[in-house]
Amino acid sequence: MADAAKKMEISDEIAIEISGMNKWYGDFHVLRDINLTVQRGERIVICGPSGSGKSTLIRCINRLEEHQKGKIVVDGIELTNDLKKIDEIRREVGMCFQHFNLFPHLTVLENCTLAPIWVRKTPKADAEAVAMKYLERVKIPEQADKYPGQLSGGQQQRVAIARSLCMEPKIMLFDEPTSALDPEMIKEVLEVMVDLAESGMTMLCVTHEMGFARKVANRVIFMDEGQIIEQNSPDQFFDNPKSDRTKLFLSQIIH
Amino acid sequence: MANASKKELLYVRTEMVPQQPPPAGEVGIRKWIWENLLSSMSKFSTVGETISSILMMFLTLFVIWAIYMVVSILYHFALGDAIFTGTDGSFCRPVDNQGKIPLGQNIGACWPFITHRIGQFMNGFYPEAERWRVYLTYILAAALIIPAAMPDAPGKTINSILLFGVFPFVATVLLSGGHMDISASSYTFWAVVFGVLLAVLAVFQIVTKIEGLFMKGAKILAIAAIAIFAILFVLGFDFGLAYIETSKWGGLMLTLVIGLVGIVVSLPLGIILALARRSHMPAVRLVATIFIEVFRGVPLITVLFMSSVMLPLFFPEGVSFDKLIRALIVVALFSSAYMAEVVRGGLQAIPKGQYEGAQALGLSFWQTNNLITMPQALKMVIPGIVNTFIGLFKDTSLVSIIGLFDFLGILDSALQDTKWLAPTNQMTGYLFLAIVYWIFTFSMSRYSMYTENRLHTGHKR
Ligand SMILES: Nc1ncnc2c1ncn2[C@@H]1O[C@H](COP(=O)(O)OP(=O)(O)OP(=O)(O)O)[C@@H](O)[C@H]1O
Ligand SMILES: [Mg+2]
Repeated sequence: MADAAKKMEISDEIAIEISGMNKWYGDFHVLRDINLTVQRGERIVICGPSGSGKSTLIRCINRLEEHQKGKIVVDGIELTNDLKKIDEIRREVGMCFQHFNLFPHLTVLENCTLAPIWVRKTPKADAEAVAMKYLERVKIPEQADKYPGQLSGGQQQRVAIARSLCMEPKIMLFDEPTSALDPEMIKEVLEVMVDLAESGMTMLCVTHEMGFARKVANRVIFMDEGQIIEQNSPDQFFDNPKSDRTKLFLSQIIH
Repeated sequence: MANASKKELLYVRTEMVPQQPPPAGEVGIRKWIWENLLSSMSKFSTVGETISSILMMFLTLFVIWAIYMVVSILYHFALGDAIFTGTDGSFCRPVDNQGKIPLGQNIGACWPFITHRIGQFMNGFYPEAERWRVYLTYILAAALIIPAAMPDAPGKTINSILLFGVFPFVATVLLSGGHMDISASSYTFWAVVFGVLLAVLAVFQIVTKIEGLFMKGAKILAIAAIAIFAILFVLGFDFGLAYIETSKWGGLMLTLVIGLVGIVVSLPLGIILALARRSHMPAVRLVATIFIEVFRGVPLITVLFMSSVMLPLFFPEGVSFDKLIRALIVVALFSSAYMAEVVRGGLQAIPKGQYEGAQALGLSFWQTNNLITMPQALKMVIPGIVNTFIGLFKDTSLVSIIGLFDFLGILDSALQDTKWLAPTNQMTGYLFLAIVYWIFTFSMSRYSMYTENRLHTGHKR
């Protein structure tokens, strides 16, 4: 326990710095004046009502969405239109999606080795060894030769996590990784994520799994209408919310 | 009350049921016959079911009768009443028309009309003494295409280089005789082209300062230059083969040449056009859209006719095209327009998540396309691709309109032969053509089914 706690230490190095960031979809002001600094080793849970811009925010961090105003610096690199820098950031930032987005025409192992081989130019044998290591870590090494379509949802999401980890990212983004899953599968995916958090990974996680937030997060961020309304330590956030919006939201998700 | 309902609700299984084989009626031929043939007409428990069973019986009888009619007519024509030997048309004509068939006897297919000139049906007016060159080309093609079509055959890379990079030129030389009139100015022209490209590359290197750009580009240019000069040399070299002008090519061979060139060109060109039409660059998108809509909007025959007038406009004066090359270009461009739309349909069906998954891993645009989206899109549209191939293969028969003697054209010319006049010649010829076309298209269709099954990777969720 002491060991785990030590591993979960937060360094004062800055992993992500977002300042004065704004984004519009056409006329719709979806993200408004976002300021957020994430230290290396931090585990942040983002929650908020549907349509509040949570996905959009974390998708801006690896440039799946483009922001129009303000500044995003990831791992010391500022996100601009420079494709080379975008590629550099995407190599260091892993992402897991609600619907897994595995490649259905490739086996689990091929899903995991694809990016290391083509993006990092790792020799195939090495990439496969690394992939097996991470598949073991997410506890499905025996599924390596199957196709994603032959796995359960929970298994697919674990493959997706392993696939990201194979690039040995410094930061991991999760966008509602468990909300398309049945309860028993949620547990197996959360276990993997807890394990990852304990290993010291910097994590930004959009989720409504409050148990997970209490267990691993060191900060919970509440968003509404494209703005960060409140952030606090999980205990304070859940037991002693400050803003009325937060109280309302919490009363709605905790029946 | 409460007690009773509790009793009813409580159920605990004490024994697990082991897996058992299905009952006898559920497997094998009996089940198949029952399910597929009989069950639909053996339900009589209600008025509605009885009526539908009776209707089904009538329908079944009608279908059996129709199949019988078609098969029997075909049988009598192609085999029963057919004439298999003969040295001229009189063997297939009734006596009252200076023929040898007794009056009143049915006359079926006149097969000697086909067998007598089978060489022409296969090769057109290609000189008989040189036909070994066609057959050698077939053997080479088969030796390369068959292993390419087998997923487990070894040496895929070398196989495709030989098939797509070397074979076309070998076939060109073999079929035409090579020794083409390639003037020194062609060599000079290409030398200048490569020189200019190299210079452009050098300028780019200096302007953009991308590391290793020049070396990488120069390497690609060098390989392209070697390939082009090798091709020029091979086409111009005198291998001692007699020159056979393309107007002598014909029959099935010409159909295969046009069909294969069309297939081999239209798929990659169609893929490029589909990508271009989805491009974010407006100019690229516009060009692709115009190309596709123009070629799709005009009948092939029109384009074939127009090609004789239009193509020369795009090339320097004095460059004349023979009919075959014109037909090849037109057919290839025409089918790439269709192919582009088929491929685009596949790309439309790829969920956005696939692009995002690939991007999030750091894959570039081309890596995403080549490794993730295009393979999935192509797999999805295999039926459409093969549909286009089959359509293209059959449409090659339209080139007979511009005076090429393809498989269909050669039949038309054979029908003019007065020595072989006979009442059933036309039917025989078309039946023969239909069978041969069908064998090719059906093989394509089966191969596509096989590929679909092979590439099937579990269930989509
Ligand atoms: N591509 C788009 N074009 C226009 N509007 C969009 C687009 N994507 C999202 N939006 C809008 O932006 C807002 C924020 O969307 P976002 O997906 O970030 O919400 P979210 O907080 O992740 O919600 P959820 O919990 O439902 O996933 C929503 O109102 C949505 O309708
Ligand atoms: Mg979302």
